[in-house]
Amino acid sequence: MTIAKSTSTPITQEKAKWIFQKMHEIRQFEDKVHEIFSKGVLPGFVHLYAGEEAVAVGICAHLDDKDYITSTHRGHGHCIAKGCDLNGMMSEIYGKATGLCNGKGGSMHIADVEKGMLGANGIVGGGFPLAVGAGLTAKLKKSGAVAVCFFGDGANNHGTFHEGINLAAIWKLPVVFVAENNGYAEATPFEYASSCKNIADRAQAYNIPGEVVDGKDVVAVYEAAERAVARARNGEGPTLIECKTYRNYGHFEGDAQTYKSAEEKQKHLQENDAIAKFRHYILSNQLISEQELLNIEQQVTKAVEEAVHFAEKSPFPSAEDLLKDVYVSY
Amino acid sequence: MARKISFSGAVNEAMKLAMRKDQNVILLGEDVAGGANVDHLQDDEAWGGVMGVTKGLVQEFGRERVLDTPIAEAGYIGAAVTAAATGLRPIAELMFNDFIGSCLDEVMNQAAKLRYMFGGKAKVPVTIRTMHGAGFRAAAQHSQSLYALFTHIPGLKVVVPSTPADAKGLLLTSIFDDDPVIFFEDKTLYNLKGEVEEGFYTIPFGKADIKREGSDLTIVAIGKQVHTALKAADILKTRGVETEVIDPRTLSPLDEETILSSVSKTGRLIVIDEANPRCSAAADISALVADKGFDYLDGPIKLITAPHCPVPFSPALEDLYLPTPEKVLKAAAEIIGDEAIVTA
Repeated sequence: MTIAKSTSTPITQEKAKWIFQKMHEIRQFEDKVHEIFSKGVLPGFVHLYAGEEAVAVGICAHLDDKDYITSTHRGHGHCIAKGCDLNGMMSEIYGKATGLCNGKGGSMHIADVEKGMLGANGIVGGGFPLAVGAGLTAKLKKSGAVAVCFFGDGANNHGTFHEGINLAAIWKLPVVFVAENNGYAEATPFEYASSCKNIADRAQAYNIPGEVVDGKDVVAVYEAAERAVARARNGEGPTLIECKTYRNYGHFEGDAQTYKSAEEKQKHLQENDAIAKFRHYILSNQLISEQELLNIEQQVTKAVEEAVHFAEKSPFPSAEDLLKDVYVSY
Repeated sequence: MARKISFSGAVNEAMKLAMRKDQNVILLGEDVAGGANVDHLQDDEAWGGVMGVTKGLVQEFGRERVLDTPIAEAGYIGAAVTAAATGLRPIAELMFNDFIGSCLDEVMNQAAKLRYMFGGKAKVPVTIRTMHGAGFRAAAQHSQSLYALFTHIPGLKVVVPSTPADAKGLLLTSIFDDDPVIFFEDKTLYNLKGEVEEGFYTIPFGKADIKREGSDLTIVAIGKQVHTALKAADILKTRGVETEVIDPRTLSPLDEETILSSVSKTGRLIVIDEANPRCSAAADISALVADKGFDYLDGPIKLITAPHCPVPFSPALEDLYLPTPEKVLKAAAEIIGDEAIVTA
């Protein structure tokens, strides 16, 4: 299977601006979480999305609030791309009452159902059946919505991968399965843990289209998503897109990443950065001026600083919140 | 108007009424319609589940709302969870509760936790109907009663009805409840007939039913064992013991008040539960009474449960496994301190 690259037709200025801003929001948000986590301010543990921005943003560029996504333990990027509020997100990661989930979920369970973000998920492989359920609602209610299931290369060996994709395929549900193959399931290389060369090769077994995309090329992801989302909305069923990508940080914060070589890290972080590549794409296609890009970058820096400030000054949940929302009624 | 129908007929009727009332109610599971895509099976020849409990539903509501699934419990139970979170009101059938091993994550980590983890911004109105119970000669992987497993998990509600009338009213409550509900159906009760009101009615969760009033002994019995308790109570009456039989009907929430108030009156408690004994509903109910009703007790609490072993196949062994009225008499004699209760 060949790796799909972007076509020569440039995307619109409006889309380019949105994509650039969202990619920056994710990168700067995650770099900031990395910085504050190292100070020991945050409870629990976090899995950062930096490096994989092109995947979440390229896919979500085709979605709106009525569409659904299911996410993973590495879910901050999906949240931001789906339009979740940065203040609410940061506050959630701090465990504060003003968080998107009132501090009850944290980094690994961050969600915003009103935005169609059905939750990061602490269970690897948890998202497949969940995306199928959202797709089933969309189909039966004829809402025109699409459900996107983001999952990592670790999840592609889980039994729910098979059950979920097969179900979506036989019922022709409007679901797009998006593999974020960053090469490692925790510390275990993809090549060791998976019997296939590409995750997308497995699509053939379900009689659905599968394609491999350069997950560092946001335009290529955007174009692949356009095909898959259109197919889903037309009632033609699911697609499996595999984005070859790389995470800038460890599996979790504090991971020394001894399983990665220095050369490998250098290659991906310095020479194959998705944001730098998209910046170059924008400038060479004269879509947005350099000054405007700088303005966006600065606005994002300000917004992320504000999110940290908001989270830090927010209160923790109170004792009565402990037993709240276990049930609707009991 | 009430008429006599079977337990399975009552379950079927509840689903039919729910699906008529609300377009968002769908049913999915293995062969719940039966023979999907087989052209000549659009009528009442379709299976309607392995025990025929869902028979006739596909005829009335069509295959878009009565969905046969692959044998892939994680896939379709998980799908039912988010179908519920995104606006439907699914009834998912897990054919035997023993199959929970194939989809526990979807129930325990997804359905039960979404609302809490999302800070109350989601609701998961899914009902999972599932068969349980020994006595069917179905052996260890098709006979368990695993309701304690679910009762342990916050976020789930657990219903174990014992009569056709309760099954209908409690299933309608389950389907229109906004939380995930695990609804247990004892396969050996399906043919049991009882008076059931026609039309739509619900029975509130957390309200035990006193199946028989008495002043000398309280028996709390779960599911089918309510009938064991009633048989024992009939015999005990002839030996001068008036027994109160309480059917909790829902294990989560549990009607603590009715149980405690009965024990405060009788001073004696037997719990009958056909599940295995360790960390069971029986252990839970006895702990409740020991904790909050110790002063009411005139003697030790007795638990009549299955032993700590899997359900055996051979009828000779399975009959030993299950609670019986005789075992209840023996326990009653011990608490009351009157051997004549057993031998009279």
